[in-house]
Amino acid sequence: MAGQIKLAIQHISKTYQSERGETTALADINLSIDENEFVTVIGPSGCGKSTLLNIIAGLETASSGQIICDDQPVKGTGSERGVVFQQYALFPWLTVRQNVAFGLKMRKDKSVAGQARIDRYIKMVGLSEFAGSYPKELSGGMRQRVAIARAYAADPAVLLMDEPFGALDAQTRGQLQEELLQTWEKEQKTCFFITHDVDEAILLGQRIVIMDSHPGTVKEVVPVNLPYPRNQETRLSEDFLAIKKHVWAQVYHATAV
Amino acid sequence: MQSELTLPTKAHKSKKNKPFKLPPRVKKMAWLTLSVTVAVGVWWLLSVIPSTAQSFPNPVSVAQAIGTMVGRGVLLSDIGSSLFSVAWGFIFGFVLALPTAILMAWYKPLENIIGPWIQFIRSIPPLAYVPLVVVSAGIGAKAQIIVICIATFLVMTVTIYQGVVNIDPTLIKAARVLGARDRDIFIHVIVPAATPYIITAVRLGATTALTTLIAAESTGAEAGLGMRIQSLSQTFDVAPMMLYIIIIGIIGITLDKFIRLFERKVTKWQDK
Repeated sequence: MAGQIKLAIQHISKTYQSERGETTALADINLSIDENEFVTVIGPSGCGKSTLLNIIAGLETASSGQIICDDQPVKGTGSERGVVFQQYALFPWLTVRQNVAFGLKMRKDKSVAGQARIDRYIKMVGLSEFAGSYPKELSGGMRQRVAIARAYAADPAVLLMDEPFGALDAQTRGQLQEELLQTWEKEQKTCFFITHDVDEAILLGQRIVIMDSHPGTVKEVVPVNLPYPRNQETRLSEDFLAIKKHVWAQVYHATAV
Repeated sequence: MQSELTLPTKAHKSKKNKPFKLPPRVKKMAWLTLSVTVAVGVWWLLSVIPSTAQSFPNPVSVAQAIGTMVGRGVLLSDIGSSLFSVAWGFIFGFVLALPTAILMAWYKPLENIIGPWIQFIRSIPPLAYVPLVVVSAGIGAKAQIIVICIATFLVMTVTIYQGVVNIDPTLIKAARVLGARDRDIFIHVIVPAATPYIITAVRLGATTALTTLIAAESTGAEAGLGMRIQSLSQTFDVAPMMLYIIIIGIIGITLDKFIRLFERKVTKWQDK
């Protein structure tokens, strides 16, 4: 059921020069992500998963290799690649609505359709009542919902998420995971989602990319053939646990040895 | 059972407290009035105690000094002259500080070169370099404005610089991935994010402008609050001196009040 390739990561390497010499953060990463596919990336800290996301986003440059998005090589940032950060990164001086509208404002898009899209995504994340509130008035979960709405409203072809739920409490995290699943099923968007939580990687992903550190490489790509709709109960199924056992061993045991 | 017991008491308590609650504005005014009254009381006391009486003329004679100084035709021109120097010195200081601070925060080499100069000059009391300024600028408003400009520039540059440097880099990244270009980032991220610091800098700058006034007017000013205090000191005319000191204080508090009012309007989004 392989669709069209949306995002291709080709021979990406990244080396840093430091006082102690050269450090290789990423070594020859290759990965193709299909249109509307949800890929989760998991790996020990220091495996370069955030660096990889930043390179795809255009916030960092690769030492070698290239990123192809919609058959075009990526150069710098572009609004076709949206990012949701762990620290929300909302503009505190803007209201919820102004935050969500930021991408359109940068594009000077004042169309009626654009305004409607802003309202639709604020509604989608359940914050219509808070459209005029400032981020300081919102809880962590609500802030991350705004960040997700902001990324969606800019209408990117690919959504990159860097541990977006990492700073939230377990209950809010579970809730936002389900919301994201529902949104993804409805909106169909290509997602590249980084996490350090094995359960989250399985629950959200159609494929899990397991990375290894020193240097950062792709260790294994695990397909997740769990049926949709998925929710927190999915975590209790036999299939889920079998995948979890395997991923867990790959991520944690290998590094302990 | 327990909730039944606690709930009525809570309701009772809040009802009991209600009649005693004053609106915060009234409360604030009441405290301020009390503060001023106590201050005048202490002042009066100091004007009675023999060992301090010479430095503290009693409030009535200070009030009378208003008439004396207006009669001599100097009070308004002193206030006007000082405000003129303070305003222009401050404006020039701010206009220079804003771009300097932002450039220093953006270009590390510039920070490395200029940073130490600013720290160095900041540690010198303005009074020390006033004669040097007068040598080339001559006596008068120009020299005063230059001295105030230097002092306010230094304090405002340091504060704004801190603000720009402390901007969360994720905000800039977030703007960039949403399609912002360098210019957009400057206008839509750097400036609003640094606004609270810029306003703090303005407040510090205004205070500095006033505290530098005496130094600025120390050589050859023809009028001014600082100059008048010095000339009065030669005749030990303490009542008008005290009056002028109080005027400087009132100007300072009023300026600060206005800036705070503006601040609340501009930075209502901020966590407090």
